[in-house]
Amino acid sequence: MNNTVSSTSTVKKKYKKKSQGWQTFKRVFKTPSAKLGGVLLAIIIFIAIFAPLLAPYGPYQMDLLNTFASPSLQHWFGTDAMGRDILSRMMYGAKYSLSLGLLTAFIGTVLGLVLGSLAGYFGGITETIIMRFCDIWGAIPGMLLNIVISASLGSGFFNTILAMSVGTFPGGARMTRGQILAERSKEYLEAAESINASKASIMFKHLLPNVISPTIVQTTMAIGGNITAAAGLSYLGLGVQPPTPEWGAMLSDGTTYINSHPYMLLWPGIVIGVTVLAINLVGDGVRDALDPKLRS
Amino acid sequence: MAPLIEVKHLKKYFDVPGGKNHAVDDVTFTIEHGQTLGVVGESGCGKSTLGRTAIRLQEPTDGQVFLNGQDISHVSGRALRKAREKMQIVFQDPYSSLNPRMSITSTLVEPLKRNGRFHSKKELNDEVERLMDLVGIDERFRHAYPHELDGGRRQRVGIARALALNPEFIMCDEPVSALDVSIQAQVLNLLMDLQEQLGIAYMFVTHDLSVVKHISDHIMVMYLGQAVEKSETKELFRNTLHPYTKVLLSAIPSTDIDHPMERLRLKGEITSAINPEPGCRFKARCPYATEKCGQPQQLEEVLPNHFVSCCRVRELNNL
Repeated sequence: MNNTVSSTSTVKKKYKKKSQGWQTFKRVFKTPSAKLGGVLLAIIIFIAIFAPLLAPYGPYQMDLLNTFASPSLQHWFGTDAMGRDILSRMMYGAKYSLSLGLLTAFIGTVLGLVLGSLAGYFGGITETIIMRFCDIWGAIPGMLLNIVISASLGSGFFNTILAMSVGTFPGGARMTRGQILAERSKEYLEAAESINASKASIMFKHLLPNVISPTIVQTTMAIGGNITAAAGLSYLGLGVQPPTPEWGAMLSDGTTYINSHPYMLLWPGIVIGVTVLAINLVGDGVRDALDPKLRS
Repeated sequence: MAPLIEVKHLKKYFDVPGGKNHAVDDVTFTIEHGQTLGVVGESGCGKSTLGRTAIRLQEPTDGQVFLNGQDISHVSGRALRKAREKMQIVFQDPYSSLNPRMSITSTLVEPLKRNGRFHSKKELNDEVERLMDLVGIDERFRHAYPHELDGGRRQRVGIARALALNPEFIMCDEPVSALDVSIQAQVLNLLMDLQEQLGIAYMFVTHDLSVVKHISDHIMVMYLGQAVEKSETKELFRNTLHPYTKVLLSAIPSTDIDHPMERLRLKGEITSAINPEPGCRFKARCPYATEKCGQPQQLEEVLPNHFVSCCRVRELNNL
């Protein structure tokens, strides 16, 4: 049994590692569902960027003689109450809705992650302060908080993003903290300490990758929720202001005419749904790619 | 030359509801270069805490730890980092002691990078290769992740990580108790081979007496945070003096059917280490306890190099 110390490999093979970025990319889009999500998301982003070139009409171009037109060859998605082409508006609106959903979810997640990790890792008084703050913050209903912040900052695109992202972090912080508490007693953290890893590296290199999976899922789900919540704010006149062609705002516009012209509601609804689905599928791919246990 | 590790009156108390848990209470020992100290005792007697406190993974409540004659019990910053390079740890559970998100290579590269050992990619790669070879893991596992390895291989990775910084001392916290018996032997032999090749000293914490007999030069028996008996391995097994050690040794399964060992059994539960009463901690379960045992006890050199903490040791053993 003593030969275990000597080399067990007689043939020297090179077990090379390929370029990391490309490998990760391939892993994210390994499953068919992640591929579908990726393609859908790519199309939506492409449209969002090139809307001015692709859209048949301008987003604010009114045709008052042709209001409430049903879908036709001229207006594929029909027109709205002011005769604006819904397809064009949806294309221009992609930019606002996507960035609103992504940015708010991202900022909220990062805030939650940082606060939750600090609370979970350091414990004691740090934890008490952060978690009680989150409790207080979380006790205020989300929509009310959004309204208060939007109202005090004033409406507009960036203020809406700000208002919505600070509303979501307590949940994320609490979840991250719980995950970290479960992970904190593991011995690999002690091992990291014994090899002189710094506190920051223990937190970001060892702890965070092991607790981030549920956060990714939560973030992708939050994107969809935030797009619709933004619609709610627009409806109250606090979010993105009309006539900005934001999807949520168009959706809430459509509700007025749900009985007479249901397609006004239908198109934004479908597109929001598809976008959320695509983001969730990609999110699942990212989560799986980060977990070595799911690699074959 | 100063001994490699010298621990003097080390104490580690934990604040718990209802008082202080005396996990380690006034323990003194030394470990020479290249030697192995086995620390045995039942679960919860503070042996792991003693080891972790000795290598400064936990802060001692009181007492001192000397590394090569230098007091490291209160150093911090650079001095602590320097000390830690010389004192490493191998953990009990090879599943939770490796980061599941890090490949074997990154696990082994980390200590090298953190301590500025090597810089070029080539040097790091060669060193990882050398470490894997040293602990007997095939090179094809370079980019494997912990979940792809069995318990024995994981433990080898844990040992390789501890070896990465060329330590003089490794504290082994029950390194084989989570492994299959066949794998246990492999890992124990690996540890002993490494000691021979590299001259590392071990503190070997375990509750498995046959393992400790096999691997240690000295043995320290602990009961409820205190050392009750301490001597060379052969001497301890030949001349067992403390009543607790006798009970402990009688629990080793014997394969000699002509001379079956008489199994001594203890009555009662292990007493609490929270705010313990003065005097011998074993007295509640000791068959020989008298009133005298309520006095504070001290380790005494009863025989040459054989220390026992029991006020009745001489009369009980006719010394």
